[in-house]
Amino acid sequence: MLSRTADNLYWLSRYVERAEYLARILEVTQRLTTLPIAYSGETNEWESAVATAGCAGAFSAHYSEATEETVTEFLCFSTANPSSIRNCFEMARTNARAVRTALTMEMWDAINGTWLQLKRFGNGPTSREEFIRFLRWVQEASLRFDGRAYRTMLRNDAYWFSRLGLYQERADNTARILDVKFHLLLPTNERVGGPLDYFQWAAILRSVSALTAYHWVYKESVKPWLIADLLMLKDEMPRSLASCYGNLVQNLDYIAQAYGRQGPAQRQARAVRTKLQNSRMDDIFQKGLHEFIGEFISSNNRLGAAITEQYLM
Amino acid sequence: MAGIFDEMTGADGSIRAPYGELSRWLEEVPPEVLDHRRREAELIFQRIGITFAVYGEADSQERLIPFDVVPRILAAKEWDFVSRGLEQRVKAINAYIGDVYGKREILRAGIIPEDLVFQNPVFRPEMNGQKVPHDIYVHIAGIDIVRVDAETFYVLEDNARTPSGVSYMLENREIMLRLFPELFSRHRIAPVENYPDELLATLKSVAPVTASSDPTVVLLTPGIYNSAYYEHSFLADKLGVELVEGRDLFVKDETVYMRTTQGPQRVDVIYRRIDDDFLDPLAFRPDSALGVPGVMAAYQAGSVTLANAVGTGIADDKAVYSYMPEIVKFYLGEEPMLKNVPTWRCREAEHLSYVLDHLEELVVKEVHGSGGYGMLIGPRADKAQIEAFRAKLKAAPTNFIGQPTLALSTVPTCVEEGIAPRHVDLRPFVLVGRDKIRIVPGGLTRVALKKGSLVVNSSQGGGTKDTWVLDT
Repeated sequence: MLSRTADNLYWLSRYVERAEYLARILEVTQRLTTLPIAYSGETNEWESAVATAGCAGAFSAHYSEATEETVTEFLCFSTANPSSIRNCFEMARTNARAVRTALTMEMWDAINGTWLQLKRFGNGPTSREEFIRFLRWVQEASLRFDGRAYRTMLRNDAYWFSRLGLYQERADNTARILDVKFHLLLPTNERVGGPLDYFQWAAILRSVSALTAYHWVYKESVKPWLIADLLMLKDEMPRSLASCYGNLVQNLDYIAQAYGRQGPAQRQARAVRTKLQNSRMDDIFQKGLHEFIGEFISSNNRLGAAITEQYLM
Repeated sequence: MAGIFDEMTGADGSIRAPYGELSRWLEEVPPEVLDHRRREAELIFQRIGITFAVYGEADSQERLIPFDVVPRILAAKEWDFVSRGLEQRVKAINAYIGDVYGKREILRAGIIPEDLVFQNPVFRPEMNGQKVPHDIYVHIAGIDIVRVDAETFYVLEDNARTPSGVSYMLENREIMLRLFPELFSRHRIAPVENYPDELLATLKSVAPVTASSDPTVVLLTPGIYNSAYYEHSFLADKLGVELVEGRDLFVKDETVYMRTTQGPQRVDVIYRRIDDDFLDPLAFRPDSALGVPGVMAAYQAGSVTLANAVGTGIADDKAVYSYMPEIVKFYLGEEPMLKNVPTWRCREAEHLSYVLDHLEELVVKEVHGSGGYGMLIGPRADKAQIEAFRAKLKAAPTNFIGQPTLALSTVPTCVEEGIAPRHVDLRPFVLVGRDKIRIVPGGLTRVALKKGSLVVNSSQGGGTKDTWVLDT
């Protein structure tokens, strides 16, 4: 297939996944800020949302203060923020249009329909209720797109490249949540039963839709080190770093098999997965959670560069 | 304009045979049902994303072309005549282009003035003496035809470069099949859905002789910002070939390759939907970012087929158009079956003075114009517009031709006040392969939705209709 087609498919999935992630962060932030201060803590949750979205620098270039209004605008509707939800969908559709021949009708319909509906929201919601509806709609749009891709695409390189974009983005997103919130997860911060931390921890789980999953996996009350374990090392948790890398390795292997050649991308993905498989939470905490996450984010970026070099140009 | 021919009611007001069933059906079906289906069609088009861009309109980057649900119908005999006329015309066009870039017999015979060819900006000196695969220049032609009465079809324009619109022909049929299955069961309509197959067979048949037995075909698009991008992606999909942009291709050792996830892959046939000017920055416009550097050298070396060939504009220029009857006679020794609209070439003094004297009754067009831009429809223009045009015409007469204002036929059309006659034209698509000429029955019918309007171009508010050729 054309390198450009593979590139478009890869980014199409990334943008849709990113839009969904932003919507989750905002939904959780919205929820935290409605709690009385005694439960939510003193930190500015809106600032934290911008950091988790990975665009603190761009944000401060446009606004002096992180408030509900400025953050919502910047992350959802701003045309100045290349990663706003609006721009994500805009870029997703541009990529989709460029590879229409590689998409199924159902996928095109989903992304084009989303793009058409996006116009209905204009430059932002007029009420909190509408804002929540908007965030739900974004998540639905992503699920619909992903579901249609899963159910209608041929299992060939087009599908595998779209999966690579999805899992790389997802791994990056989970890592960013951990990167911003790591201090809440350190065992030294343990004050079991404290209401403040509970809501913060629950918020982390919610932002990867894993609050229920947590209880099924651990069958105990929310503990920060278990949250870190779930989000990083648990294979069965679909948004964990381990799960994302299991999928990345698998899809890269499919491509290598089809093309009859392994390359740096396959080696890089396997190296990261092996590292995750061989890690225990105790060791990670001991050596430094923050450092581990930082290293993971750079490795994930290196994988992106390797995929680009090997296939997309 | 007295005596407008309506294709349903004919000259005397009685329903013409091909429209018998349709006219009965139009009487049976309640207007609100028709209106409902019309809106349904619009929704489907929007969802599929069949859009086109109108240049110069900032806020509406993508628009839908209005679709009219009432089909236009041609009897088998009418189509048979038209298609034979098309085949004849396209054969002559190919012979003419080969001659112009080859022996130039038609120029030496004095039938076409030399300066009309050599001074023409669409003439490509690079093609002089250049052999093209299988001597075919125009592989895909879109010939615009209008009808003025039961017997007479005129060719209004030949499109020999990169004619568009075939995706509408195909999608219109799909939508009609979906919306009006019962109407189809009451007719026997020749299918059009095999067009992509015919196109692919045509393109493969013209691969260079050095190519493998299963040549690699690609469709080259200027990209997603081109007004016809939807069509490009649609066709590539139906053909099952890669839709490439200039940056996806590169030339090495006078061979064209595309960049794939598995490394370079050789390309044998390029169905290019990009104009000559932008094709190759090394050969033509150096500022073109859309083209493929070196593709012209590969083409000249014979390692790749371009469809259509470079330089075919020399056949569809409106000034050359006026010589088409002579061109047909010169190369084929036959009388042209499809008539030409009588044309005054303003480059000739006598013709110019006639046109200047009759501006209020003529249509005056720019020789290189398209899309209905830059033309004067005398009977529809006011004094000021005519005078402004007169000045333009006097300043550069060679740029213009004049034609009588034709009474284009009308077809019943679903408009606000109900079903009413609207003017139409027809663009059939002619495919020229090494083995044979293929024409899918019908083509794209364009309709001027405004009452009395003669301009059918989509950029000027025209719509489209499904075109039915009856099988019996």
